[in-house]
Amino acid sequence: MATVPALEKPPVVVAEIPAVQPRKGLRRYWHLYAAISPFYLLFLAFGLIPVGFSFYLSFHRWDGLGSMEWAGLSQYRYLVGDSDFWQSIATTVVIWALATFPMIFLAMVTAVMLNSAVRLKNAYRVAFFLPSVTSVVAVAIVFGSVFSTNFGLVNALLQAVGLDQVAWLNTPWGIKVAIATLMTWQWTGYNAIIFLAGLQTIPGELYEAARIDGAGPVQTFFRVTLPLLRPTLLFVLVVSTVTGLQSFSEPQVLLQNTANESTFSGGPGHSGRTMVLYFFQQTFDNNDFGYGAAVAWGIFLVVVLFSIINWRLLQRRDEA
Amino acid sequence: MASIHGLKPSRAGIRGSRRRALALHASLITGVLLSAFPFYWAVIMSTHTSSEIFSYPPKLLPGTHFLENVRSLFDAIDFFGSMANSLLVATTVTFLVLLFDSLAAFVFAKFAFPGKRLLFGLLMLIFMVPMQLQAIPQFVIMARLGWIGSMTALIVPAAANAFGIFWMRQYMRSAIHDELLDASRIDGANFLRQYWHVALPVVRPGLAFLAIFTFMGQWNDYAWPLIALTDPGNVTLQVALSQLNGTHGTTDYGMVMTGALLALVPLLIVFAIGARQIIGDLGKGAIK
Repeated sequence: MATVPALEKPPVVVAEIPAVQPRKGLRRYWHLYAAISPFYLLFLAFGLIPVGFSFYLSFHRWDGLGSMEWAGLSQYRYLVGDSDFWQSIATTVVIWALATFPMIFLAMVTAVMLNSAVRLKNAYRVAFFLPSVTSVVAVAIVFGSVFSTNFGLVNALLQAVGLDQVAWLNTPWGIKVAIATLMTWQWTGYNAIIFLAGLQTIPGELYEAARIDGAGPVQTFFRVTLPLLRPTLLFVLVVSTVTGLQSFSEPQVLLQNTANESTFSGGPGHSGRTMVLYFFQQTFDNNDFGYGAAVAWGIFLVVVLFSIINWRLLQRRDEA
Repeated sequence: MASIHGLKPSRAGIRGSRRRALALHASLITGVLLSAFPFYWAVIMSTHTSSEIFSYPPKLLPGTHFLENVRSLFDAIDFFGSMANSLLVATTVTFLVLLFDSLAAFVFAKFAFPGKRLLFGLLMLIFMVPMQLQAIPQFVIMARLGWIGSMTALIVPAAANAFGIFWMRQYMRSAIHDELLDASRIDGANFLRQYWHVALPVVRPGLAFLAIFTFMGQWNDYAWPLIALTDPGNVTLQVALSQLNGTHGTTDYGMVMTGALLALVPLLIVFAIGARQIIGDLGKGAIK
């Protein structure tokens, strides 16, 4: 996650004792290798083999119990033409965009406000941070109630101001807006705290200089704060992309009751069926482990593509 | 008196800055209320019966059915049994992660050895592999080992992670001064003594951050436990709570929300213990 480039010093070698006769070869370092080994051993056991195996699996047909059947590229060929998968990509990206852009905007505004408020600073921070600590499952249930068509608070408010009720968890857009609202609520404060940490590394003299030059608060934000906050912004955007495109729990809990067929169906018309939800449905509902693995690699590709696009966009603006 | 960044309020601007401070706190409090509202709504839901929740207009004040909801919750699921499972998993994983991650981070931050760059690069690559790529084979491996359905399937693969090693490495690089290590080496301290007596005491805030995030992540983890814990009678709290959703066709929302609120209590305790450390930590700009 976070890096501290400014504070990084070249690592100083304290393990080597020049005066002592060096022991032969790598054995001299055995305690260092031993100290870092747990992570790599766990990865070998539960990470590397799984990743390799899922690659192997994606070229086979398998129901999880019987014998595997070689399928060649046929599952990838099917995936490319699978309209359900494409629909799930679109659903995921729409939800991601609906959640991420308001979230980043609100988080930045909150961070700037927190950075200037002296009193109650810590109390505010805890309050804003709290939503990110709570479980998605509980949050999804609350939002399910708030967005309930007949008895929910949102529709009661709409009615109170004379507007029509919306069948939030029953229409394609309603479902997406409800999921995005949930995500925005849960992660805005968390990202605000990260932005705040970035803001606090900006030297106060820069603001002093901007003030002397006669810059207003808005100008100061766009000319001083935003450019210096770009590394943090990139970090937040990339992390939001990687996690947002892999959303699963939010739509699963929010919509599991609204459709009868499957707990992974993503609501009426599959309007909330994200990529990962589709993966779970193919794998664990249909017991189609081979195709599920192909879907997983498809998801991986989409996530990598989007991360690269994000990175490029922000960097191009850097150059301008 | 609140002021913007390093700006000193000029005498003429004091009235303006006071008004600005008022507007600032007003918007911050609005944000806090929006953050807190779902918590309030959870309390409302947990103190009403389902039929009260599904009445129009929506109830806006707490009701009187909290104890009944608690009772039906305890009848519906093995609340304390699954909470014990969650505590076991989250506590064990947190301790293992703190130990393994900080040990590895100490090595990566402060020692040189052949293959260091390669190994660290590999670690960062692994950090970026998505979880669902591993879900199927992990399930199969766990099934072969006979761990499916038991808490071992949750604890062992989570015992060390790239995120924590990366985080602690960055933290240790600036927090542990080389002079301290040199001095302890001259005093004859070996690697483990340096780790325990020199490194650990100065990286407590970083460890607190990692501890909270690990505990929270484990406590709230849902997708993998949902797959790995195949015996519905022996699950973690989050999975048990999700079982309440529509078990008999209709969901008793009052009861479900009571469960969700009670499940939050241990997390809030951990958060309260560690929050001071986290906030001081982040406030210093340790994250960038």
